Amino acid sequence: MITAAVQEREHYLNESYGLKSWLLTKDHKRIALLYLFTITLFFAVGGVFATVIRIELITPSGNFVSSETYNKMFTMHGIVMIFFFLIPSIPAVLGNFFLPIMIGARDLAFPKINLLSWYLLVAGGLFAIFAMLAGGVDTGWTFYVPYSTGYSNTWVIATAIGIFIAGFSSILTGLNFIITVHTMRAPGMTWFRMPLFVWSQYATALIQVLGTPVLAVTIVLVFCERFFHIGIFDPALGGDPVLFQHLFWFYSHPAVYIMILPAMGVISELISTFSRKRVFGYEFVAFSSLAIAILGFLVWGHHLFVSTQSIYAGMIFSFLSYFVAIPSAIKVFNWTATLYKGSISYETPMLYAFGFIGLFTIGGLTGLFLACLGFDVHVTDTYFVVAHFHYIMVGGAIMGYLGGLHFWWPKMTGRMYPEGWAKLSALIIFLGFNLTFFPQFILGYLGMPRRYHTYPAEFQVLHVLSSAGASVLAVGYLLPFIYLMWSLKYGQIAGANPWGATGLEWQTASPPPKHNFEKTPIVTHEAYDYSAVIGSEVEVG
Amino acid sequence: MGNFLSLFLQAALTPEVDALTAFLVAVSAFFTVLIFAAIFFFAVKYRRRSERELPEPVHGNLPLEIAWSVIPFGLTMIMFVWGADLFFRESRPPDNATQIYVVGKQWMWKLQHMDGHREINELHVPVGKPVKLTMTSEDVIHSFFVPAFRVKEDVVPGRYSTLWFTPTTPGKYHLFCAEYCGTNHSRMIGTIYVMNPEEYQTWVSGGAPMGSLAEEGGKLFESLACANCHHADGSGRCPTLVNVFGHQVELTGGNHVTADEAYIRESILQPNAKIVSGYQPIMPSFQGLVTEEGVVELIEYVKSLSPKPGMPSVTNGIAAGTVPHR
Repeated sequence: MITAAVQEREHYLNESYGLKSWLLTKDHKRIALLYLFTITLFFAVGGVFATVIRIELITPSGNFVSSETYNKMFTMHGIVMIFFFLIPSIPAVLGNFFLPIMIGARDLAFPKINLLSWYLLVAGGLFAIFAMLAGGVDTGWTFYVPYSTGYSNTWVIATAIGIFIAGFSSILTGLNFIITVHTMRAPGMTWFRMPLFVWSQYATALIQVLGTPVLAVTIVLVFCERFFHIGIFDPALGGDPVLFQHLFWFYSHPAVYIMILPAMGVISELISTFSRKRVFGYEFVAFSSLAIAILGFLVWGHHLFVSTQSIYAGMIFSFLSYFVAIPSAIKVFNWTATLYKGSISYETPMLYAFGFIGLFTIGGLTGLFLACLGFDVHVTDTYFVVAHFHYIMVGGAIMGYLGGLHFWWPKMTGRMYPEGWAKLSALIIFLGFNLTFFPQFILGYLGMPRRYHTYPAEFQVLHVLSSAGASVLAVGYLLPFIYLMWSLKYGQIAGANPWGATGLEWQTASPPPKHNFEKTPIVTHEAYDYSAVIGSEVEVG
Repeated sequence: MGNFLSLFLQAALTPEVDALTAFLVAVSAFFTVLIFAAIFFFAVKYRRRSERELPEPVHGNLPLEIAWSVIPFGLTMIMFVWGADLFFRESRPPDNATQIYVVGKQWMWKLQHMDGHREINELHVPVGKPVKLTMTSEDVIHSFFVPAFRVKEDVVPGRYSTLWFTPTTPGKYHLFCAEYCGTNHSRMIGTIYVMNPEEYQTWVSGGAPMGSLAEEGGKLFESLACANCHHADGSGRCPTLVNVFGHQVELTGGNHVTADEAYIRESILQPNAKIVSGYQPIMPSFQGLVTEEGVVELIEYVKSLSPKPGMPSVTNGIAAGTVPHR
């Protein structure tokens, strides 16, 4: 049988067996799968919280759960999805697996630290789960003071310690990626021959390393105030509550780019592969990732326009926020131009790429709305903001993650996913997503504040639409979970390069051998040169 | 649902915010349609026709890159300037605005009119008159949000923030707390009643249960024994408070500060933060001894000791029960 054929060749999955061979592995590919397993679990937990939220909001009167429970639900939804799913998602799973292979390396620079990163995420996750089981936390994922330091009677510190520990997972992963890209590239793999996914992971890693320590410091300060009553943020103790917001967003705005930049890198790979074209304006797309990483650190104050921050500071942050929009626009235009005169096929990953561009465009453009001072005053802290960031994080980051997961699934597992089911679920996710979150733009403009357990009855119609969309979206997310598991046993055997893609990862076997390549590849041409892969028969469309 | 349609002409700045929104939506719609149409068109026209098809590689195009960087940037600069200009006007209350104090606490809004009217979760204002809110919080951060007026500002413990609006249409409008503040955040809501002038006069003449803010502040000033040290003629151990508000004060060390609401508040709660030149730091803190509403009354009392030309002082306008317009 076909299974026998796979088992004949030794690869990273069958080179050893047993729990110990996984829990003590130093193979970046196995660690990537450990991450995949872990974050899928967290995604499911965060999804359950979201389900409770959307059921509650079907009616205006708050009659499904209590206010305490509701507040814990949106808090833990945010914390789990951001810190334990989105931030590790693409870097720790797809980046971990493919970044070394794509530059022709046999592993990351520090394999043991890579394993440690996973243990840190798990340890942080255990703290967070303990906090949830012990009673939960109700501060919002933003932990605004003085509520979090002096008023909340929930498990603030246990949760914060979980985030603190998970932060080091993120820092160490970033550090590992930066050093790997600098020192482990195969002969001939120059910076401008690197796939754009690697560029985007590199830019992301810079943010992880430079931004996350500020979050750690902020958590320590919250700890000091909550436990030892050292006045840092609470005005009753002589502190400044707005200082916390500056520190928090100094990390948490760049963190948005930790979530979206890797997805952008995935999209560059998908658009190129499924149109068989070099990415239009490769250098511009590559440098726009770095530009986003750098400019992303200069715009945090746009979260504070109505916080009593000086109006002149608000003006500067608004101005700078528009600068960070330009590199994102450059990417969208270049992806679209890549399609021009391409050879476009519509496999599932490409559907996700199309979906990403559309939803990211809407998410990005509504970001321009929010950067606009006179407009932001009205919609900040309303559902308009909720809609905006879900377009970026769910419409953008998760679409990118699922697109990448489907694209590289055959390489990771040696099996194809079922194309028909996958296309269907991509379509369901796209429709369900828009039905869930588009009404929230309107809700926000009409004045519906976020984090409301009960609400005036006039908002109900739009909330019901949103909840209906969420149930469609849930089906869309359940399907891949089922058929991807199914494909592990029953999926078609994948060849080394099922898509006719150009990256080095497609030049090794599926699944790759333990050390990625039988012998170190030598790179002789730039990324996205399809003439070598597709052969000599040239037809220009 | 009636509220949805009548949501657009409720305050002076509402149509201005909506005009800016229309511009933002138009620019976004243009680019969204452009991108969607281009993707759809290319995806159909250049669909793969044979498995071994290999398109001609294209490397890029510098003029195009410049065009699609510079044109969107120009458009965003229009957004920036338009938005910043509107924001400045949103942030600057007109001089003739009626002063109202707001204290937020978990989970209610307490509002104090100058004439002594106090309201909880309700605010009655006359149509057509600008209103300025000076706001603080007793506990955590709240945010005063009136969607129909397109205004919002955080209400932060330890400091005063301001917000203003000029309602233009009589009616009832939602007041929401927009900054998450704990368990009953979604119940920290209220109603703004915008009334015709006659209706408003009737409401005002319904009578205030207590004296004006400045009068109440005067009583507090006595009962807290402030007058033992702060003598009117400057002979006390502490500086006189007559003609202090709105003036420059010289501090120990040579710095100067303008005596505004925030300075008076700080001097009551953290008296040693700024010491007036020539005096000793002997004043005890009144933190915990006086409520935020009490601080507001004391501030209004101190203000009344520095009457501006045309501004009613304790002894005439306010005490006579008329509505104070500045």
